[in-house]
Amino acid sequence: MIKAVPKPLEEVLDLVKDFTKVLIVGCDGCVTVCEAGGSKEAKVLASALRLYFTQAGKQAQIDETSLTRQCEKEYLAQLSDKMDAYDAVVSLACGCGVQYMAEMYNNKIIYPGVDTCFLGVNEERGLYAERCQACGRCILAETGGVCPIARCSKRMLNGPCGGSDQGKCEISKDVPCGWELIYERLKTLGQLDRFEKPVDPKDWTTSRDGGPRTIVREDLRI
Amino acid sequence: MSVTTPSKLQKMIASGNFAVTSEVGPPRSADGAVIEHKGNLIKDYVDAINVTDNQTSVCRVCSLACCIRLKLMGLEPCLQMVTRDRNCIALQSDILGAASFGIHNILCLTGDHQHFGDHPKCANVFDLDSIQLIQTVKMMRDEGKLLGGHEFAVRPQMFIGAAANPFAGPNVAMRVSRLAKKVAAGVQFIQTQCIYNLDKFKEFMKLMVDRGLHEKVAILAGITPMKNVGMAKYMQKRVPGMDVPDDIIRRIGGVPKEKQAEEGITLAVEQIQELKEVEGVRGFHIMAIEWEEKVQEIVERGGLYPRPQLA
Amino acid sequence: MRLQYPPSVRIIEVPCTGKVDIMHLLMAFEYGADGVIVMGCLEGDCHYGAGNLYAKKRGNRVKEILDKVGVGGERLAMYNLTSGMGGRFAEIIREITEKVMELGPSPIRVATGKAVRPIAEVTT
Ligand code: SF4
Ligand code: SF4
Ligand code: FES
Repeated sequence: MIKAVPKPLEEVLDLVKDFTKVLIVGCDGCVTVCEAGGSKEAKVLASALRLYFTQAGKQAQIDETSLTRQCEKEYLAQLSDKMDAYDAVVSLACGCGVQYMAEMYNNKIIYPGVDTCFLGVNEERGLYAERCQACGRCILAETGGVCPIARCSKRMLNGPCGGSDQGKCEISKDVPCGWELIYERLKTLGQLDRFEKPVDPKDWTTSRDGGPRTIVREDLRI
Repeated sequence: MSVTTPSKLQKMIASGNFAVTSEVGPPRSADGAVIEHKGNLIKDYVDAINVTDNQTSVCRVCSLACCIRLKLMGLEPCLQMVTRDRNCIALQSDILGAASFGIHNILCLTGDHQHFGDHPKCANVFDLDSIQLIQTVKMMRDEGKLLGGHEFAVRPQMFIGAAANPFAGPNVAMRVSRLAKKVAAGVQFIQTQCIYNLDKFKEFMKLMVDRGLHEKVAILAGITPMKNVGMAKYMQKRVPGMDVPDDIIRRIGGVPKEKQAEEGITLAVEQIQELKEVEGVRGFHIMAIEWEEKVQEIVERGGLYPRPQLA
Repeated sequence: MRLQYPPSVRIIEVPCTGKVDIMHLLMAFEYGADGVIVMGCLEGDCHYGAGNLYAKKRGNRVKEILDKVGVGGERLAMYNLTSGMGGRFAEIIREITEKVMELGPSPIRVATGKAVRPIAEVTT
């Protein structure tokens, strides 16, 4: 899923400090799972903002709500009768949700309340790690189920580089070397023969290099 | 090593003599005289001069400009090229540019992550990796073709090199495997990581020889003299993939401070002598980091001077 | 044993400090509390395992928020005791009350002249 972290409070305070009616909108999707932007976080942020405005001696109305998902129009539409009452909205959804809300409520000021980070897994509560960069043409079948694009710091297709050291990537002792993981997994699977065959340059057109991406599924569209 | 190019380095290797290469690091300013000076210091002691490409991700004068300068001085440059900073358009364009000046040696590298350097916040490219760069140069040279499919007549005559680090993870066998992959991609010579753990290097070479890989690619053993015990410790602890055994630290640290540099040179010379006996070693790549003035002494004392003059 | 502690303190009992939510603490300040003390079992002695460790983390988060919004993280304190440490309990309350007196009334109370109306409803 998409992983995010709450933006530093001071950054949000700075964004909203000149408004008096602010709505905080959580998202019950991915950002709830990593505890960055669900209904709970919306409440905490709203309370913090109320404390801030109150102690500053400023009358402000800070409310919060949360939507099932902010990346779908149907759910965003649930805000339609509320929106007029606020000067600004802080969306705690991932960057997709923030943008989609801004698209629907074109004349409203919509700010992001989280920093959207990556596509990853929950290793533990409070520990999330990247696994995929959505390159648009998955090669996990060739790499022992470990993604070299997301998990090698140099997205090498023919690793590991010479900086791989005791299972760790050259950039940090806290980062596992993606290519050592690939090598070990290929070994476990008895597929080491793959390892010595040079992999051709990747076609990056399906990745971000090809420009903004759209999926058109004629089989699904009415 | 099938395809023959005008490279003098390739000729030296083919002649059966030990080849000697060294490297110069460009300055972090627009001062072109630095490379000229460094080139002049070592030119009589080596067969080819590598110019590093923004090594350790620190921004410097570009390798291509320095190689052209060396070439215009009548020397034999080896263009180091990392895939970190340029996409395949820029890489191929620089290869064509180098070839247009008669540069005939290239070292294909992925490059250190920018995290190490002076621009840790920048974006990286990594459109290709080192192995794909080898494939690309080979295709340009042998098929007269760009990755995009465009065909052209005047081909870059490149002697294709790459690096190998026998000491990196996870084990020596995999490191041989990966080198086999570079050979399959078309590499012709290898300059290794600095060698301090000779036992491990010999193990690596044994596996290379067992597979007959030493006949398909020329291995130039990497030698870096230690300036002092501080440098030895730094290399041991801080440089990922570097293997500096404790006895090296003890040896350099065991002599007084003002003698340590000399001890470092002596150690490098002994390493050369010992490595000459290792089957498959075809020469030496001397990386005297910001210490180019010592290359002469190492080459002389290593019994590699005078450099043979080939017709 | 009768323990003497200042009457300005209101005690809210919870089954375990693990039950104390960030929102409970923030709401207390929104209501105008001048200070809040969270008292739990000794670390390692929580009946539910790690309730007090969660409480500590939440407390730290709230302190950080209070600092950033101008209320002051020093108005929240966390202590670990056993049920047999009644004397220490009273002592802590006296100490913190004194400290809060020194800090003066919460900026929230100063700004409003009274406790604010709670807006969020607490669910955990
Ligand atoms: S290969 Fe592409 S799609 Fe597959 S996991 Fe990696 S980045 Fe994601
Ligand atoms: S150490 Fe491993 S993960 Fe890091 S850049 Fe090298 S191959 Fe990739
Ligand atoms: S039972 Fe959990 S802190 Fe006391």
